[in-house]
Amino acid sequence: MPVYTLQINGKEYKADVAADTPLLWVLRDNLSLLGTKFGCGIAQCGACSILMNGNVTRACVLPVSSIKTAAITTIEGLSEKGDHPLQLAWDEVDVPQCGYCQAGQIMTAAALLKRKPHPTDAEIADALNGNICRCGAYHRIKEAVKLASTKI
Amino acid sequence: MQKTNTSRRDFLKLTTITGGGLMLGFSWFSADAEVPVLISKIPFAASSGFNSYLSIASDGMVTILSPNPELGQNIMTSFPMIVAEELDADWTKVKVLQAKLDTKNFDRQLTGGSGAVPHSWKRLRTAGATARAMLIEAAAQQWGVPAEECTASNGMVIHSKSGKQLDFGALAEKASLLPVPKDVKLKDRSNFKIIGQPVKNVANKSIITGKPLYGLDFYREGMLFAMIQRPASFGTKIKLVDSAAAKAMPDIVDVVVFKNNVAVVGKSTWAVMKARKVLKVEYENDGAIESTADHNNIFKSLLDTGKFDIKRKNGDVDAAFSTAAKIIKAEYQCPFLSHAPMEPMNFFADVRADGIELVGPTQTPASARNAVSKLLGVPEDKITLEITRLGGGFGRRLKFDYVVEAAELSSLIKAPVKVIWTREDDVTGGSYRPAVRYRFEAALDSTGNLVGYKLRGVGINAGNTTREDNFPSGAVDNLLIESMEHKSPITTGAWRAPITNFLGFAEQAFLDEVAEAAGKDPIQFRLELLAKARTAPAGAIKYSIDRMEAVIKLAAEKSGWGKKLGVFQGFSVYYSHLSYVAQVCEVMMEAGKPVVKKIYAVSDCGQVINLSGARQQVMGGITDGLGHAMYSKLTFKGGATDQKNFNNYRLIRMKEIPEIECYFVDNGIDPTGLGEPALPPTGGAVANAIFKATGKRLRNQPFIDEEAFAAKP
Ligand code: FES
Ligand code: FES
Repeated sequence: MPVYTLQINGKEYKADVAADTPLLWVLRDNLSLLGTKFGCGIAQCGACSILMNGNVTRACVLPVSSIKTAAITTIEGLSEKGDHPLQLAWDEVDVPQCGYCQAGQIMTAAALLKRKPHPTDAEIADALNGNICRCGAYHRIKEAVKLASTKI
Repeated sequence: MQKTNTSRRDFLKLTTITGGGLMLGFSWFSADAEVPVLISKIPFAASSGFNSYLSIASDGMVTILSPNPELGQNIMTSFPMIVAEELDADWTKVKVLQAKLDTKNFDRQLTGGSGAVPHSWKRLRTAGATARAMLIEAAAQQWGVPAEECTASNGMVIHSKSGKQLDFGALAEKASLLPVPKDVKLKDRSNFKIIGQPVKNVANKSIITGKPLYGLDFYREGMLFAMIQRPASFGTKIKLVDSAAAKAMPDIVDVVVFKNNVAVVGKSTWAVMKARKVLKVEYENDGAIESTADHNNIFKSLLDTGKFDIKRKNGDVDAAFSTAAKIIKAEYQCPFLSHAPMEPMNFFADVRADGIELVGPTQTPASARNAVSKLLGVPEDKITLEITRLGGGFGRRLKFDYVVEAAELSSLIKAPVKVIWTREDDVTGGSYRPAVRYRFEAALDSTGNLVGYKLRGVGINAGNTTREDNFPSGAVDNLLIESMEHKSPITTGAWRAPITNFLGFAEQAFLDEVAEAAGKDPIQFRLELLAKARTAPAGAIKYSIDRMEAVIKLAAEKSGWGKKLGVFQGFSVYYSHLSYVAQVCEVMMEAGKPVVKKIYAVSDCGQVINLSGARQQVMGGITDGLGHAMYSKLTFKGGATDQKNFNNYRLIRMKEIPEIECYFVDNGIDPTGLGEPALPPTGGAVANAIFKATGKRLRNQPFIDEEAFAAKP
């Protein structure tokens, strides 16, 4: 199997995997970066959301061979100390229930705020509509994104 | 002393060591805390349980074990809050650990039925109060003052006369040597400092930084990965397996057939996912092959001619209906639903000659272990089960099929293995919220009083489809409640607020129809029924009339019931588990379609433990109830579900949520649970508001398929 060199969270990683392996499983099975979650495998739930060159991407359908030199950011690399404005807001608003979807929600919100530091309610809902929260924490997710947007 | 060097891979391994209540002399939470634990055991007075519940280190750090599985109900925060309250601990110095399965030290180590807090309320308080009394006694002895003159506050024991004070940590060792007091006094609730406050989830930091917490995050060096092909259609079994192509795929170790399972075992998740796609499995019929069309026919014919069990009977319904001034009749139906927790089913099992190790997300660890013990003939004391955080449960993880199959596979391949379900496996794999159809009939006298009430429920593998003693039972003189079950190969199970998740809607929507026929305001109508139940009860009353009345009145007040222009309001109230929730839904018409704008919820769950968590349970429960009532369904063709994944199994999303406003009744009653009770009333409030807006009754779920949402010609 080919060895891929990946730029993840500012570090270089190597993975010896099949070319069609989705980044999600490379992160999880090979690199022990377990914050990115598996929810559906078909780009429908957003649990596996990561950033690729700053754009939110579904890692479950992203073949490792297509990444090349793109900069990947996962939840582990969003901030060094867990203090990205979104992470702080998530704690402040006390968002997580089971918590499983939250890394994907935060990464999606991070891409939104980068694009649009002060989004409206409708823009937040548009950006996050692809991220399912089965626990129904949507109200607080929205509130936390708003709160974070006042701090950046 | 050991170092706390917790790399990601051994994260869960460490929990195993510390989780059993046998503290190893270090705190593994923060890298710098290498503090010996001095009170390693505070025996819990008057119970064998919880003797390994809490420990206090010399630096004052209080470690509390949380025995029950955490799936988002926030038990890992609310349980310790109760202990810390009575202990008078400094909440910033409390650490919480998930306990592993330990039937010797904990009882009811399961998550389900909204029952954990009601069950453990007194025990947890007593555990905290006992430790507090011992710390105070230790300080009093050291200072040579009477214990009665000392108090505890915020992690310190204080003697205000002399101005002396000592940190819990400084007293822990001495306290641990004292005899355990028998009758400790619990606090008056007016002195609560932690209970009732909004306290943040103790796992927030780990969750939002992506720490491995869940079963799917468990990795063990050298473990294998497996996915299992199960029959796609209920009522079929394996006829032929051709696994040659799958076995030839890279990184595949084996393909194992057992029971109706074809397990593909390999060295990575992706390898087994890919190999599974080239499996060739033929199935043959083994039972009834049912479709949704069959179920619809079965429901209709059974409601007319089936043999029903009488669940409750008061008075003489035949007489009441034959002399009624008006009869109202309606049928309601709900589809099968998947639980679809965000974390798909998975479990790790390592079956070795010397014992079995199980790790993963389960709501019911004790039953899971018992089942594995029985299947493999290994005594329970040779099986350890470690509970990871659960990425949701909703009742699905009360079943342990996925634990047992992992153990069976590990025993067959003689290797540690993690079995992972895909979302398709989850949606097609059964254990659903059952499909149910109800027939309601009501008889009104000439003044619009409800004098007769009949309910017939028929469900598919649903057990008793009614809750026969719930309101309006007790408020109607002539009443008949009956249930029957159709047996099917389609597997079902408890789904958040079992039965009431649909019955609550059907009953509250039907009562709205009755109120309308009686020409009464829906809230007034219910209050009249409750007044009747109070003054002239018909048979036993198993709910609290006062508590139900209180939530109804507060919901009417907070929502400005009947006083708003331009919005259409619908009302609903339901008692489930041990709590009461009333809801008012507001709907507006937008582009000719009804849109749910807002839901007011008034809950009486007794004492609120964590206000933040409680609000979350109510908002999440409403979102869950609304989403499934509006959008979700599983339909069947040839014994298989039409829906396979989130592309066609629809769940509510952010754009579809209404505003939610929550209130809690503060009545000083001990806690009665909140994980489920906010869900059942939602469908009714929504359907009743949509009726007001459109004139169309919603009697079948999902609502989105009903006429009220049909495109205008
Ligand atoms: S797992 Fe990738 S979108 Fe669901
Ligand atoms: S918090 Fe459980 S799925 Fe979002």
